[in-house]
Amino acid sequence: MKRQWWDWGLAIASVGIFLTALGMVFLYAPREATMGEIQRIFYFHVASAWIGFFAFFVTFLTGVIYLITSQRRWDVLSLSSAEVGLAFITMTVITGSLWARPVWGTYWTWEPRLTISAVQWLLYVAYVMLRTSTLSQERVARFAAVYGIVAFVTVPLSWFAIRWWRTIHPEILSGGEMAITPRMLHTLLVSLAAFTALYVTLLRQRALLERDRDRLAALQARWVAEGDIGDV
Amino acid sequence: MGALRQIGAIVAKDLAAELHTREILSAMFVFAVLALVIFSFALDLEGAAGRAAAPGVLWTTIAFSGTLGLSRSLAREQQTAGISGLLLAAEDRAVIFAGKALGSFLLMLIVEAVLLPLGTVLLGVNLLRLELGLIVLLGTLGYATVGTLIAAIAVNTRAREVMLPILLLPLLIPLLIGAVQATAGLLEGLRLAEVGVWVRLLVVYDLLMAAVALLTFESVVEV
Repeated sequence: MKRQWWDWGLAIASVGIFLTALGMVFLYAPREATMGEIQRIFYFHVASAWIGFFAFFVTFLTGVIYLITSQRRWDVLSLSSAEVGLAFITMTVITGSLWARPVWGTYWTWEPRLTISAVQWLLYVAYVMLRTSTLSQERVARFAAVYGIVAFVTVPLSWFAIRWWRTIHPEILSGGEMAITPRMLHTLLVSLAAFTALYVTLLRQRALLERDRDRLAALQARWVAEGDIGDV
Repeated sequence: MGALRQIGAIVAKDLAAELHTREILSAMFVFAVLALVIFSFALDLEGAAGRAAAPGVLWTTIAFSGTLGLSRSLAREQQTAGISGLLLAAEDRAVIFAGKALGSFLLMLIVEAVLLPLGTVLLGVNLLRLELGLIVLLGTLGYATVGTLIAAIAVNTRAREVMLPILLLPLLIPLLIGAVQATAGLLEGLRLAEVGVWVRLLVVYDLLMAAVALLTFESVVEV
């Protein structure tokens, strides 16, 4: 994995799409009738929730591939996706709470989607803590892959368990309380694109950072072995 | 040697070791009693409050005392290098996993056999019912399955006693919701069929986790 010219392109593109999405959220999307301006947080909230879940899926998938192939690059992707996903899921929980306060009258409620985000957040945090808690890199890679797989499998079970337990969330796409207009849909789709582009950019940068760390570790090992850095 | 006999041998070894020292069982017992007593003080569990909180108190106590047992069971293998012996003796990693999980399952059942009558006395609800026994069995089975896999990971980390609950508890959320809801339903006088959705959730959880654990355990114990 090397830095490429299109890494810049990717970063610039995601900034561009993001600014477009931001503009659409405030200028293009209509004001929602019952919830008012607060509903505008919905576009970024849903987009970050989608990325939070998608990143988890990537961690799961690359974990499976790593266990089969034992190639470091899959582990790097798995780790990067989990860390970036943690940032997005944190944002989902925060924007969800901000939305819930004026609409439901409370920052926190044990509503299924809010709860499953919290559960996912805990799983991500556990995964990241596991990554930093053992010494051998090859070992931690295997452990993390297994944990990523088990964690991903429990998410749908948690989802059903919580859903059967209670539900008061607005059913957006199945014609519940909040009717969605075409302009709202366009804004949502551009927001999803913006968050996806941002995710890919961050994933790529995090993976490159990990590669640099590997190179640094290899150089340090050589330096210790030879007693000299030599020609780098 | 057949797989079943190998599993039996591992379980017998674990139980024999435990009967000699009784360190895991006694720790789990004392912790479970402590938890029940502290819950009673903290939540003021008398009369109606005790009955309402009983399912949650019961499963929280099982979940926390279980992490003590799992942690010790794998740490013992680690300290005595028993795991290396097991890896050499048993061809199939699935056999080692099944043996360790079954051993932890049995130890937890022994603790629960005391916890249920004790809870009946302290919380003022009848926990000694056949249907409830089935829920406890299903819940404990899933717990021991996931717990053994995660304990095998946690035992190799730097702060293993700390890592085990942090890794394990978020994975147990569907199991705990199902077990608590089923227990609550039964205590309200519902029949087993009426809490069927939660029983099915527990069964699906147990089967799915057993499959994942059997497939991935090899990657965890490889040296």
